[in-house]
Amino acid sequence: MRRTRRALAVAVTAALAAVAATGCGGGSTDAGSNDEPDKLTYWASNQGTSIENDEEVLKPVLDAFTEETGIEVDLEVIPWDSLLDRILTATASGEGPDVLNIGNTWSASLQATGALLQFDEETFARIGGADRFVPSALAATGAEGQDPAAVPLYSLAYALYYNKQMFADAGIETPPTTWEELVEDGQRLTGGDTYGLAVEGASIPENTHHAFVFGQQHGADFFDAEGNATFDTPEAAEAIKQYIDFLAADGIVAPGNAEYAQNQSLADFAGGKAAMLLWQAAGTALEHQGMDPDAYGIAPVPFQADPPEGGRQVNSMVAGINLAVFQNTDNLDGALDFVTYLTSDEVQVELNGAYGSIPPVLAAQDAPEFATEERAVLRQTLADSAAPLPQVPAEDQFETLVGTAMADLFADAASGNEVTLDSVRQRLHEAQQQVTG
Amino acid sequence: MTTTATGNVPPPAGAGEAGGTGGTGKSGPGARRSARRRPRLPGRLGRGALPYLFLLPALVLELLIHLTPMVVGVVMSFRELTRLYIHNWGEAPWSGLDNYRVAVDFDGPLGESLLHSFLVTCLFTVVSVGLSWLLGTAAAVLMQDRFRGRGLLRALFLTPYALPVYAAVITWAFVLQRDNGMLNHIVHDQLGLTDQPPFWLIGDNAFFSLVVISVWRNWPFAFLILTAALQNIPREVYEAAQIDGAGVWQQIRRITLPSVRPVNQVLVLVLFLWTFNDFNVPYLLFGKAAPDSADLISVHIYDSSFGTWNFGYGSAMSVLLLLFLLLVTAVYLVFTSRGRRAEDG
Repeated sequence: MRRTRRALAVAVTAALAAVAATGCGGGSTDAGSNDEPDKLTYWASNQGTSIENDEEVLKPVLDAFTEETGIEVDLEVIPWDSLLDRILTATASGEGPDVLNIGNTWSASLQATGALLQFDEETFARIGGADRFVPSALAATGAEGQDPAAVPLYSLAYALYYNKQMFADAGIETPPTTWEELVEDGQRLTGGDTYGLAVEGASIPENTHHAFVFGQQHGADFFDAEGNATFDTPEAAEAIKQYIDFLAADGIVAPGNAEYAQNQSLADFAGGKAAMLLWQAAGTALEHQGMDPDAYGIAPVPFQADPPEGGRQVNSMVAGINLAVFQNTDNLDGALDFVTYLTSDEVQVELNGAYGSIPPVLAAQDAPEFATEERAVLRQTLADSAAPLPQVPAEDQFETLVGTAMADLFADAASGNEVTLDSVRQRLHEAQQQVTG
Repeated sequence: MTTTATGNVPPPAGAGEAGGTGGTGKSGPGARRSARRRPRLPGRLGRGALPYLFLLPALVLELLIHLTPMVVGVVMSFRELTRLYIHNWGEAPWSGLDNYRVAVDFDGPLGESLLHSFLVTCLFTVVSVGLSWLLGTAAAVLMQDRFRGRGLLRALFLTPYALPVYAAVITWAFVLQRDNGMLNHIVHDQLGLTDQPPFWLIGDNAFFSLVVISVWRNWPFAFLILTAALQNIPREVYEAAQIDGAGVWQQIRRITLPSVRPVNQVLVLVLFLWTFNDFNVPYLLFGKAAPDSADLISVHIYDSSFGTWNFGYGSAMSVLLLLFLLLVTAVYLVFTSRGRRAEDG
């Protein structure tokens, strides 16, 4: 009996050791193959008003690809709050899709994992060449000096959406072009239950995007030339305080916005509770909320009236979605055919038209779908005054740590605690200290 | 064991060795008959290995589903598993105890925030488990006697436990919203109890929101278990106590609580482990930016791992959490079994 037990113990230990040893291998570094040329798995991000809406938009496009090439595409639309976790899990396990959507701000971080196919000159030639894409969108596909880890699929930029009726009622004729004007207008528009501006105070990505723009305008980069985090510089504190002050000091944002993270600010704007909103291509979402497109106007995001030294003329991040290929795909040729297809002029017009975004493919931008007032503002911003978020491997930490610090600052302000330059700097200092790796 | 069975049906494992009439002693006619009925496994090996054979599928699945990830997690905690290595983490450099050092360096920012999260979780667990147990016990005792509508009330009490956690917590999040939530509508708009509508999902109040939702979800479980346990106490014991002049409190203290003590010991342990490890409720309620006052450790570890892609450090924190829970469980079991032995003795 004892011998049996010992034998069992040995067997269990051996099995565990074997599993642990093989498990430790993680994802493989195998180059792609063409072992399964007839099918592809595609993870799409949620660009439409719902997952079902995305499936409706994408299905005919994917069916046409299958008809053309004979390759079956297995589509999964993944919500934003779990997309990055799913990608990281796929990266670690090696069991991922062949082609996938990534937020363009993650490009350099995901590039550093080595899991994504690099688009070198030859690969670009295979999909029609790098010069087909808008340069600013192409700049957000990986670290500078390296081959891109993805290609742009949908481009977005921030704009200022304003309620025309509320502006007219307050006697404001033109939308603000500087933050000082925005505060002044906002205060005139604030009264009773309505406020000048709506923000997503508890949303980490929204906070980070605004931190970047205000940072650029104050000369704060959040990373040095070597890619090391510099979150707690005086310029960064000034930049973030200016944004938090909309709620903390200027009183143009409702205190309740500090707990918004589920697009409630969009609903507040559509419902007439707030007169202004800073958002990326909000048109489709506002229509979904039941807001008449004639009820709102669109203007570029404001700049500083008196730019501080080192400040740059940037009023939006280059927002957007990139298309990447997992390096260990079993259908490399099919995956590249699929990328070629999704970035072709016709499909670009169709998909960007449906999602309210701007095609990052130059030739597709001339289509009449993109001649609306909203698209004109977004295109102009992307062409003239948008910059990509820092394309450094540690960008993910900027998003997490600075975005969270700002959510905490909004919570402080909404709870009635004073937000000073020192308290902002302290929060940023704590964020800086948590940078790892 | 009687020997009326026919054919090749094997006896239940172990039953043969239990002896009794016609058992499988080494001599006698019963032994011979019993040996004929055994399946054709070689004698000693068959007897010894059979239980293990039956357990094998469960064992294999247990290893695959529970133990393997734990072992892999422990291995990960000794490596520098950052974004640079997650794709091929066999190549991640070994970092010895570095991840653990960072986690327990309470003067450093990461250790300090982990300690804060640990203390918040301890306080949350004590309050939540205490209240859940108290409510569950009170309701079970009050509903021990038959009365009209008892079945309906029982079903109603169990509803929170039966609801899917996602739907339940999202509903709570709506209720607790500052501007449009039902709670503030009552507290502030209708009753006028506060000057300003308070926040329930950010700031210090978030802790209380979390406790309320946790108790709301867990107390029906305590109620369910204790209701079952109370049904095993014979009515006669209470009747005898009443005849001897014992009041309600004395009956509860001297009869009810001692009778359900073994059940309570397991119940409190299970509630403690569930509450301490709870991920769903805080994550669904606060997302990735939990307020400091409600920074529970499971979400804290998740944020540290997935937020900054530092899975080695995340694993080290998980291992520390595992060790802590094992220690608490072991101490608790030793303590309670000693108490029980003393009582039995």
